[in-house]
Amino acid sequence: MSYHHTIGRKTYRFNDLKTLLAKASPHRSGDVLAGIAAESYEERIAAQIALADVPLKTFLNEVVIPYEEDEVTRLIIDNQDNNSFSLISTLTVGEFRDWLLRDETDTLTLQKLVQGITPEMVAAVSKLMRNQDLVSVAKRCEVVTRFRNTIGLKGHFSTRLQPNHPTDDPKGIAASMIDGLLYGSGDAVIGINPATDSPAEVNNLLLLMDTLRRQFDIPTQSCVLCHVTTTLELIRQGAPIDLCFQSIGGTEKSNSSFGINLALLDEAYEATLSLNRGSAGNNVMYFETGQGSELSANAHHGVDQQTCEVRGYAVARRYNPLLVNTVVGFIGPEYLYDGKQITRAALEDHFCGKLLGLPMGVDICYTNHAEADQDDMDNLLTLLGVAGCNFIMGVPGSDDIMLNYQSTSFHDALYIRNVLGLRPAPEFEQWLIRQGIMDNKGLLTMHSNPHLLKEMKGLWTR
Amino acid sequence: MDKVKTGAEFEDDSLDHLKQFTAARIGIGRTGASIPLKQSLELKLAHAHARDAVYSELDIDKLLSDLKQFDLPVLLLHSEAAYREMYLQRPDLGRQLNKKSIELVNDYSHQKPDIVIIIADGLSATAVNHHAVSLLKTLIPQLQSVGLKIGPISLIKQGRVAIADDIGVHLKAKLSLILIGERPGLSSADSMGCYITYNPKPGLTDESRNCISNIRPHGLTFKLASKKIFYLIQEAFRRKLSGVGLKDNAGLLES
Repeated sequence: MSYHHTIGRKTYRFNDLKTLLAKASPHRSGDVLAGIAAESYEERIAAQIALADVPLKTFLNEVVIPYEEDEVTRLIIDNQDNNSFSLISTLTVGEFRDWLLRDETDTLTLQKLVQGITPEMVAAVSKLMRNQDLVSVAKRCEVVTRFRNTIGLKGHFSTRLQPNHPTDDPKGIAASMIDGLLYGSGDAVIGINPATDSPAEVNNLLLLMDTLRRQFDIPTQSCVLCHVTTTLELIRQGAPIDLCFQSIGGTEKSNSSFGINLALLDEAYEATLSLNRGSAGNNVMYFETGQGSELSANAHHGVDQQTCEVRGYAVARRYNPLLVNTVVGFIGPEYLYDGKQITRAALEDHFCGKLLGLPMGVDICYTNHAEADQDDMDNLLTLLGVAGCNFIMGVPGSDDIMLNYQSTSFHDALYIRNVLGLRPAPEFEQWLIRQGIMDNKGLLTMHSNPHLLKEMKGLWTR
Repeated sequence: MDKVKTGAEFEDDSLDHLKQFTAARIGIGRTGASIPLKQSLELKLAHAHARDAVYSELDIDKLLSDLKQFDLPVLLLHSEAAYREMYLQRPDLGRQLNKKSIELVNDYSHQKPDIVIIIADGLSATAVNHHAVSLLKTLIPQLQSVGLKIGPISLIKQGRVAIADDIGVHLKAKLSLILIGERPGLSSADSMGCYITYNPKPGLTDESRNCISNIRPHGLTFKLASKKIFYLIQEAFRRKLSGVGLKDNAGLLES
């Protein structure tokens, strides 16, 4: 089906839904690179006006990637719940935007909607929303998940402690972990990006983290962000796996470029669940995503990068994840050129993920060839704090010496907690207070805690 | 940086003993919840170096003068990416020669050399400005000593790695070698990469190439880099391939 809109004497035609979605997308370099972006400012708004008139029901009949060709499309269509959709089934995309912003549309209403909406509907409505709309609606969503603590409660804000090291040196990693814990970081997860994916190396890091956690009885979870097949092998070997990690995309082909498919994820999910290691709950999956990964794998089928991204959330929600992290600025300027594009993409991802019921966190980050700096990240961090983002990263001094990019620092998390009055996950907060790291007003005590430091020093010598 | 006076609340030296284990910015102290000024400016300075490197340009005059010692023709070429902002957003254009450059290269296609050497700005012209000639000083005599015929040296602006395929095909070379500025990190803004492709042709992907990364005085030294590159090139000619298949047998690369 084709779509059109006339402005003055010029009629803009859009041959199908995916073209309309691409042309209606706020400007970003990745869609230009793919050759699918609007060619003028006017064409973009014409597409948005045309998109506003599309009934949501259309999205159930016209898919952006054929059902027969793509298992992510099949997942989306087969799991869409009409009963839940009935809340909004008579609306157009534009009416849906206005409905989302109504005072009556509260947290509970949004939670009832989760199984009825498709990623494409959510991507579509986000394209009609300004940044403040994305913040406003995301803030009403609440997605709470549990493993050894409780993440995502309103008024709380968590961090992944990311103690990476270029050669996976256990002492180097332990040093960054200790630093982070003393800054109150690590309630979402202590998560290491390994330099190598070998099972033996990964197991060493798992043992290091598990020893630390048990020694100090820390109510958090650990994860080495290795490939899902490595995790499966380690589960068979009896390694201390809390969470199963995987990078995912929004098309079957992009997932195939990551070396995964739904059957493999099903297997990994079941295997990790069976370990039963969570004490507060059993959300065991940790996913990472990011706009542009489908295009970079040449697996985008002419679908814009933001719509592709949201399709990835359909994959994530199948597995009730503890954490979903959009690594928004890592991919580089050919996909998101500058601070403005990174900011927009992060707010979209956070909103779309939350609306689809996912525990969204954001890696607020940039590379050195992007037109962005620490000020852009401060702005985005503040926006996401207001929007109710579940978690961000914690990297020593913002500088990840293994992945070579800048993310948020331990200090950044303290800043956002202070200015917005947010607290860590409740169980973790109590632990910080017991250890004398934080007081009960949420302020750090002296960073140095001689007793704790002395104990931690023994970590790798035993 | 010593001149910056700070009133940081906690100058944190309690983690000093841990700093020996990692280059990560740990134990940097805090003032309130914030990073102390000294450390904040240190990060901004490192980022400034990286940004300057991204926008640095090939020093053509100096390169031309330094390359004279090899007594090889030098071609000045440009990719289809007209300027830096376009280069950053359109990697596809950075992989193709512009029309004028194609004409220039075609004038030299009768030579049919074994190897073409390409120097490209990539994401840090600073890196190749500083290190390309130093590396070639060791490498070119080695290659010539085993009878390999070296074609013209191409200097290319706004170039990405795969432009070596385009140049290699037009010059009818058996193997292309490109020296290119790598994406600057906070700890090094002048890291040079080298990619070797046997039988270059457009459309090849990274698995068809061998990469030697982090070439700079404080990274992989010129001497060691040159040794690895020489080894790989000899093996590439012997086995008539490059890329993943070649890497597996290169014990030297582990060092």
